[in-house]
Formats: sequence, structure tokens, C-alpha cells
Amino acid sequence: MSDAAKAPPSLAELVLTFNYISLASFGGGLSAWSREVVVVEKKWMSEEEFLSILTMCRILPGANQVNVAIFVGAKFLRLPGAVAAVFGLTFVPAVLILLLGAAYFRYSDLPAVQDTLKGAAAGAIALTLSMTFKTGRKCLLSAIPWTFFAATFFLNGILRWPLFGVLALTAPLAILWAWPKAK
Amino acid sequence: MKDDGLNLIHVLILFSSLSLLSIGGGNTVIPEMHRKAVESYSWMNGKQFADLFAISQAAPGPSILLVTLIGYKAAGITGAILATVAMILPAGTLVYLVSRFWIRSADSPLHFAIEKGFAPLTVGLMFASGWVMSKAADHDWRAWLLTGACTLLCTTTKTNPILIVGGAALIGWLGWV
Repeated sequence: MSDAAKAPPSLAELVLTFNYISLASFGGGLSAWSREVVVVEKKWMSEEEFLSILTMCRILPGANQVNVAIFVGAKFLRLPGAVAAVFGLTFVPAVLILLLGAAYFRYSDLPAVQDTLKGAAAGAIALTLSMTFKTGRKCLLSAIPWTFFAATFFLNGILRWPLFGVLALTAPLAILWAWPKAK
Repeated sequence: MKDDGLNLIHVLILFSSLSLLSIGGGNTVIPEMHRKAVESYSWMNGKQFADLFAISQAAPGPSILLVTLIGYKAAGITGAILATVAMILPAGTLVYLVSRFWIRSADSPLHFAIEKGFAPLTVGLMFASGWVMSKAADHDWRAWLLTGACTLLCTTTKTNPILIVGGAALIGWLGWV
């Protein structure tokens, strides 16, 4: 259950927080950043609440991180909250990417930038892997969740099954496993 | 430019329809974006599309901002704004409605079961995406070493992640990866 929230954030705090998450994520790894801020730093959501929302946001249409921002913003301040979070997530990065894009079309090739981005990407992948370990330690506590974890990774990462095929197989089983037992 | 008006209409139609089709995330409709932007409308060539994709992956912010760049190339700043809003609004509206339903259902057993059951699946998908990203980024042994060192640092210490990614970017800038 969502017991993690303390004082609900203001609209301005949602804008600034998602702006920060977004700007910090150069090189990628936006999911890891969102978790770092939403769960660890701000304690707006519990680990399980955040993780389940992350997968729902992947199933739903739209960019995953925009969807996460909508869920977090709407949880506290409904529609204005969702709009504020999405605005924070996208506005400044959109301006930055336009500057980068304009520079790209002018100079067409930017080797130093590409080298820098390659390094940043290596760091961002590390954040994603590290999030796997950190969250795995908390929610992979017995053989069954371990099996779900391994099956999902194997089907999606190694066999490269599309997300829908993977979840069509694993999600019903996982929900069945997690269904609260009748007393 | 006289084509700007027409391009704006194409931008609006293309991205607002791709928005609801992007089930599973923005990356799933990138082949279709490529087909339209490069082949149908000739807004750019294939190399430019690939480079814009790389910029959008590495730049801060959601990688869906690729559409901002495509819109910009198609119809200037207006095109950039229109593409971004068109890509976010339709799917965003749906997600908002789902999120309201999700919050209202907080006490149902299904909500509980999804929250508990999806956690291990999400960790598996995260691991898969880290794995796939590192293969897509064409990691050689130096990049793997850097990723490994950063992962260790981030998992076992409380180092601010900005320092880790910034440090990795600096190492890249120096030409070491």
C-alpha cells in the first residue's frame, strides 16, 4: 500500500523535481533516476508501488517516463499535478535538445560530443544495472519471485521477445501468486 | 517556406496517431517514424535520422524528445512544439484516466496483487533493458569496464549518481572509451 508519502508536494515542487530528474538523466537511465528521487529521496512512493507503476507505464501507450510522471503527479494533485510533472520532465530538456539538434544540423558531426555521450551512456547503463541490484535485494526474497525475475529477463533480454509476449506469459502468473490469501 | 503549413499538418497527424500506437513505450513506433520522416515526407535522410536518434537517447530527458527534433526539422520551432504536444497528449490523457482508476482502487485485491506481483517482473525488465542498452551502445571491453566500475560504485556506495554519470562522461570526453 502507498504508505510512503509524507507531506504532498506542491505544483512547483512537482515541476522542479521532475525537471531535476530529467536533467540528471543525460546518457539515459531515466527510470533509475526517477526511482532514486521518487522513492529514495522524496519518499513519495514505496518501492513496490513505484515498481508496479513502472511496468504498468510500459504496457500503456506513450513514453514510459512521461507516463510515470503522470502517475506520480496525479497521485498527489490530480490533473494539475500530472500536467506539472510532465511539464517539468519535458520543457527544459526539449529546449536543450533543440539547441543540440540545431548545432548538429549546422556542424553535422560532433566527435567530442559523441565521445562524451558514449561515456555518459556507459554511466547511465550502470545506473540501470545498479537499480536492478538495489530493488532486487528488496523484492526478490524467495524462489518464486526469483523465478519471475529470471524468466522475464531471459525472455525479454536474451530471447528478445516483445514486451507483450513476455507479460502475457508472466503477468497473470505473477498476479495469481501475489493475490491476497483469503482468511 | 511555403511548405511549412502542410508540414505542420503532417506533423500533427503523424505524431498524434503514433501517440496512442506507442504501446510498450516510445521506442516501439520509431520504425514507423523513420518510414514517414525519411521515406514518405523526405524531412531528412537516414543518416540524419540515426544521428537524431542517438542525440535523443543520450541527451537529458525522455528519449521521446526525438519527436521534438523531427518536428523541428520538418517545420521549425512551431513544428517542434506541435510534434511534442501531439505525441504526449493523446496517450497522456489515457494514462491519466488509468492512474485515477489505479488510485481509487487502492483497497482492491487486484491492486494489491499487481503491486506485489509486478515488482519482480519490473526488476527483470530493468535488467533486460540494461543488458540490451549495453549491447545497442556497441560496448567494447573499455566501455564494459567503465560500466562495471560505475555499477559497483553506484550499488555499494552512496556516491551521488550525477558524479558517476558525469565522471563517465568526462572519461568519454577524454577519448578513453
